[in-house]
Amino acid sequence: MNHTIADTAVHASRAKITMQYKWGISEALFRRLLYFAGLILVVLLAAIFFSLAIASFPALRQFGFSFLIGKTWDPVRGEFGAFAFLVGTLMSSFMALLISTVFSLPVSIFLGEYFRHGNVSTFMKSVIELLAGIPSVIYGFWGLFLLVPLVRALETKLGVAPQGVGIFTSSLVLAVMIIPYASSIGTEVISLVPSDLKEAALSLGATRFEVIRKIVLPYAYSGIFAGILLALGRALGETMAVTMVIGNSNFLPKSIFSPGNTMASIIANEFTEATGSLYLASLIELALVLFIVTTIINISGKLIIRKMSTGK
Amino acid sequence: MESSVLKIENFAASFGEHTILKDINLSFSRNTLTAIMGPSGCGKTTLIRCINRMHELVPNAKVSGKILLDNEDIYNTDPIIVRRQIGMVFQRPNPFPTMSIYDNVIAGYNLYGIKLRKEEMDQTVEESLRKAALWEEVKDALHRKGSFLSGGQQQRLCIARALAMHPEVLLLDEPTSALDPKSTAHIEELVSQLKDGVTIIQVTHNIAQAARVSDFTAFIYLGELVESGPTARMFTGPKDKRTEEYLTGKFG
Amino acid sequence: MGKIETSVHRRIWIDKFFKGLIILLSLGSIVPMLLILFLITKNGISVVNWEFLSQLPKPVGEIGGGISNAILGTLWLILLSFIFSVPLGIFAGIFLSEYRAGRLAYLTSLSIEILQGIPSIVIGIIAYVWVVLPMGSFSALSGGVALGIMMLPVIVMATAETLKLIPDSLREASLALGVSYPRTIMKVILPAGLSGILSGILLGIARVTGETAPLLFTAFGSPFMNQNILKPINSLPLTIFNYATSPYPEWHTLAWGASFVLITFVLGLNLITKLVTKKWKVQF
Repeated sequence: MNHTIADTAVHASRAKITMQYKWGISEALFRRLLYFAGLILVVLLAAIFFSLAIASFPALRQFGFSFLIGKTWDPVRGEFGAFAFLVGTLMSSFMALLISTVFSLPVSIFLGEYFRHGNVSTFMKSVIELLAGIPSVIYGFWGLFLLVPLVRALETKLGVAPQGVGIFTSSLVLAVMIIPYASSIGTEVISLVPSDLKEAALSLGATRFEVIRKIVLPYAYSGIFAGILLALGRALGETMAVTMVIGNSNFLPKSIFSPGNTMASIIANEFTEATGSLYLASLIELALVLFIVTTIINISGKLIIRKMSTGK
Repeated sequence: MESSVLKIENFAASFGEHTILKDINLSFSRNTLTAIMGPSGCGKTTLIRCINRMHELVPNAKVSGKILLDNEDIYNTDPIIVRRQIGMVFQRPNPFPTMSIYDNVIAGYNLYGIKLRKEEMDQTVEESLRKAALWEEVKDALHRKGSFLSGGQQQRLCIARALAMHPEVLLLDEPTSALDPKSTAHIEELVSQLKDGVTIIQVTHNIAQAARVSDFTAFIYLGELVESGPTARMFTGPKDKRTEEYLTGKFG
Repeated sequence: MGKIETSVHRRIWIDKFFKGLIILLSLGSIVPMLLILFLITKNGISVVNWEFLSQLPKPVGEIGGGISNAILGTLWLILLSFIFSVPLGIFAGIFLSEYRAGRLAYLTSLSIEILQGIPSIVIGIIAYVWVVLPMGSFSALSGGVALGIMMLPVIVMATAETLKLIPDSLREASLALGVSYPRTIMKVILPAGLSGILSGILLGIARVTGETAPLLFTAFGSPFMNQNILKPINSLPLTIFNYATSPYPEWHTLAWGASFVLITFVLGLNLITKLVTKKWKVQF
């Protein structure tokens, strides 16, 4: 066997390759870096929770459970009862949910059943995406200058104090903002209903409406519910749009047209003016409550969705 | 006398509880083409993936025994070095989609940050593409991405990419099973010409292909090496009954 | 016979009515969007000119002035949040796509989902506690931290989802050439997923640009031009909030102009993201 010049050249380049491979980071170190990145995220979340808990400790210790049911929020006297804000939050969010579902459910059916492909579908999907992309301060601005006068006119007609701002107005703005959240999940689950089920019903002579009502919606029910839950989570935490139209009152709202405050909006309004550690701690406790409640709702929604995709 | 460039001794491989290969003893002579054939699931793909230490990327993979490349146990060497000396072409062509044809061929150097001089790079690219019988078809489009190539051309690109590393052994895992007959013929022809520079081990599902191209054949069945030897002899006078049955199509 | 016919007629009528109702209500959801865009364009476009974009805001009562400090502030905040979230986010995304089972992967995934749902004002409070309090002052840095935390989940999820879709054959091709695992990931897999990761980054930026709540007590806002990240800084959404809720009509006008600029930027980013995904997406 003769070693030709070509062999030597090949051998030399092989040696070059094998020698030079030693550069670069080792696999073990790289994997450890990846692991560390994942770990940081978990630690970050835990740190957020603990920071909130620790920072609100003075208030927790002082008021305990009565924080949530106390009706008086008086920073001057050092009394911090958040019941009015709880009520404000729940009222505005649930009303918003109600109003938005009137629109988001039809949109889900529109995109999931009637117009699944084509230009109309693309158009509607883009509109919904746009709605989700508009910053909340702009929603608030729009609400302030368009909705408030409208609501004021409505209140005049109804004989209610014509303030324009209030819980009702904030729920209107919220309703528009959360339409995309409920509708996108709803669209997804409705379009995933197996077509053989629908065809079975149609072949029995059912109308489209009947198929949707009796087959599609029951099948997609839990997904639609999950979408509504996620929309609720979003509504509960929304700050800017609500702050701009809710009227900023710390008293318990008497009707849907009353001005009020939500947990988020009171923080936005008063945090920078808060003097004294109890005041600050109370506001941070509100943030803690918001954190816990929205987390529970969001995770429940996501769990339902996960169960749907693995179960079915 | 021809020397063995690769020797497999008492080799076994498994995934967790499942034993895939049992007690394999096989050697490969330099600059020959050996076909590894057998029915689906017999372990032939696992065998060649053990040769370039790709098998161990799967969790719970275990091996025992020795594989010697130029008399050095590859399981005592860093797998990266092993893989740079033993090239592989896969069943489905897998050129790097973000790189041009040119960059694909010398990917083995680029990804390592090994800086070759421009003349060296150009020479390697042309040489490898010529050996892979692809040069004429792509020489004017070297800097375009490879997605416009047909399946057969993409596979030849993958062959060029492997050859650019000047490997000692080239492993082909059913390289034509995803291709049309014309591309298959093309690649069979080029592979038989490659033997002069590199030792080839080709897994094939296609008995006729094994008969056409290979110098030696090994028949694997249910994880065992049933028989091996010069192709001509195996096909005309197989020693083991199982080999005969497989060749005559009684199972497969 | 007649009875069945009228019943069928009725059902068909209900079916048609239902479809009409669905279409009507769906179109109804478009109305707010159109109103918002229309209103902002009508009131804002006349305000926007070169002076508006390049001048500082004037004190109350004086006509004119601009939002240059807000624009620059927004850009600074984008840069800071990018630095805090992109490298970490991409690595965490790689982690999730490489380790699909296992305890840490599960916990990381869960943490990302929870982080994504945290109200932005809560994140603002966290940044206050972690950065503003120790520093003793409001700053662009704390705003960047807050926005970075908000951008993280977007980046991680975009990276993880994109990389999960890349077929194994690509990794095998690289590993079989003798390329090491770290280089395979960084030089082969990551580039192949670039379009998805990039669109995640752009969408994250679009989202974070419009955020106000987390900046209320971190970046805080400022009427001055500021290049020092350790001091308070203004941003477009903060400007809009302050001007819109003020009692001065001149400031309302400025708010419309700023809203127009903000919406153009955010929607423009969304559009660019779509184009990027289309053009750079790697087909397998």
